[in-house]
Amino acid sequence: MLNSKENKFAQFVLNIALIILSLLIIMPFLLLVCISFSSEKDIAVYGYGFLIKNFDLSAYKYIFRNASDIFQAYKVTAGFSFITMVLSVLLMSMVAYPLTKRELRGRQAISFYLYFTMLFSGGLVPLYILITRYLHLDDTIWVYILPGLISPWFVFMLRTFFSSLPEAILESAEIDGLDEIGIFCMMVLPLSKSVLAAVSLFVLLGQWNNWYTSMLYINNEKLLSLQYLLQKIMMNINLLQQNSGTFESSLISIKDIPTETVRMAMAVVVAGPALLVFPFFQKYFVKGITVGSVKG
Amino acid sequence: MKSVDVVLSNKLKNGGGLKRKKYVQLYGLCAIPLLLVFVFNYIPMFGIFIAFKEYRYDLGILRSKWVGLNNFKVFMMSDDFMRITVNTIVMNFIFIIVGMVCAIILAILLFETRNRKGVKIYQTMMITPNFLSWVVAGYMVYAFLNPDYGFINKLIGLSGHEKIDWYSKPVYWPAILTICSVWKSIGMDSVIYYAALMGIDTELFEAARIDGANKRQEVLHITIPQLLPLITILGILKIGGIFRADFGLFYQTTRNVSALYSVADVMDTYIFRTMRVLGDMSISSAAGVLQSVVGFLCVVITNYIVKKIDPDRALF
Repeated sequence: MLNSKENKFAQFVLNIALIILSLLIIMPFLLLVCISFSSEKDIAVYGYGFLIKNFDLSAYKYIFRNASDIFQAYKVTAGFSFITMVLSVLLMSMVAYPLTKRELRGRQAISFYLYFTMLFSGGLVPLYILITRYLHLDDTIWVYILPGLISPWFVFMLRTFFSSLPEAILESAEIDGLDEIGIFCMMVLPLSKSVLAAVSLFVLLGQWNNWYTSMLYINNEKLLSLQYLLQKIMMNINLLQQNSGTFESSLISIKDIPTETVRMAMAVVVAGPALLVFPFFQKYFVKGITVGSVKG
Repeated sequence: MKSVDVVLSNKLKNGGGLKRKKYVQLYGLCAIPLLLVFVFNYIPMFGIFIAFKEYRYDLGILRSKWVGLNNFKVFMMSDDFMRITVNTIVMNFIFIIVGMVCAIILAILLFETRNRKGVKIYQTMMITPNFLSWVVAGYMVYAFLNPDYGFINKLIGLSGHEKIDWYSKPVYWPAILTICSVWKSIGMDSVIYYAALMGIDTELFEAARIDGANKRQEVLHITIPQLLPLITILGILKIGGIFRADFGLFYQTTRNVSALYSVADVMDTYIFRTMRVLGDMSISSAAGVLQSVVGFLCVVITNYIVKKIDPDRALF
């Protein structure tokens, strides 16, 4: 290499640029974290910033002492996210597997039946009326779970993967006397762990970040999802104070509640688990979108 | 001879039975998922006729009065119609262009980095916004733009200028929304382009280097032309979804402040607000049907174009 020195320099600049870019992208989250560990007084004087003048845990202490709401929302969200993940992946696999059978009559009709829902929908109003007036799913945990169980996009992703499984193995299982349900449960699912993991993570992530369902269908405070609770706190600054009124009005006077820092601490408590867990499964997400971008 | 025949015919019969059993099982596997799709996707499609009725809660869907196209007329004559249509299309168009350009540049930067371990780390950091909800993103925007304490206003204050009341000044929001949109999607979007770049034949680059091309020429004459088919297809497919806005982006980052509706009110927020806040099922439903129909046409037309260019990439 003639210009290897120049090359090294270029690489150095490139890496610095990418490091700065990466830091810029995670900077907003760092800001939330910094505010949540600041003292309320510093915020009032200096405003939000990245420098923590006086390290202060009172916002977190406040949350863990007072916010039974947030723990309830945690339980509800974890519950419906997990149930949705399991049911959704199982049911989508159940329809994806038959779609790999070329000789199955109506295979293309079923594909189209699923595909059409990606192109056209009845809109929000008919679904809302169906769920609230006919199925009466509003204010139940099922409204989080049932409507979105089957996503055609993931069904096609699963189908693409299932049809890439070596046919010889499936045939030999058939000769050994396994029926289709047996092959599906004992061969196809165990052989497809990686794609099942990818789809599970997408479903789990979607549900963990779900605020829309609560906003539309939930009035019962005990059934709110975590993200929607957070949204309510954002939209209504006084909510924290109202809650504290009911919890320990005798212990803290309202003006002493660290509102600004508590809000940001709440956001950290809500977003934190996702940020701690999901990046470890990055390879599945990456795989998911690269597989998904190829037509099945 | 006879026994052989019997055995054979038994085998055939059995085979037929097995085949039937096989299909019954396969259809059986599909049944529940397809039923769910029917209930939650197809039944609402029949509900489209609500848009042609004056829906009254006490009367229900069937007994409410037919009003023909009146709901559509009212909706399309209103001031809201122009605003939300323009906002939806213009903002989405900006997101598509800026988002793609940024994702492609990022992918090229990552590709040019020889430090593969570094690339993994950068990608992980850049994908993190994808794991956050728009609610949390709304908190971040608020941390920057809060008029009293916000980080940006603090910087403005330090430099001696007057603070800006961001949440009441629509003029800044097309840019803010674009930054938010790109921030959230750039990591994931660049993955696709990065994967495509990794697939380019390295001989092309070697040949260029032997011919004395510099980096800039290499990018302009090899990297970008090699990506062009993918860029075209993804761009067209995104245009197909131009009539559908990202509800969370427009609702959460603006904190649904009505002062910003002039730039941040889009189809999806309008449909939601009209139904859930104003309680006008008929108008909301008309807007929803319009969105579905136009959205459908966009996808069909763009898909037709994609099919002409590259049949393998077409959605159907």
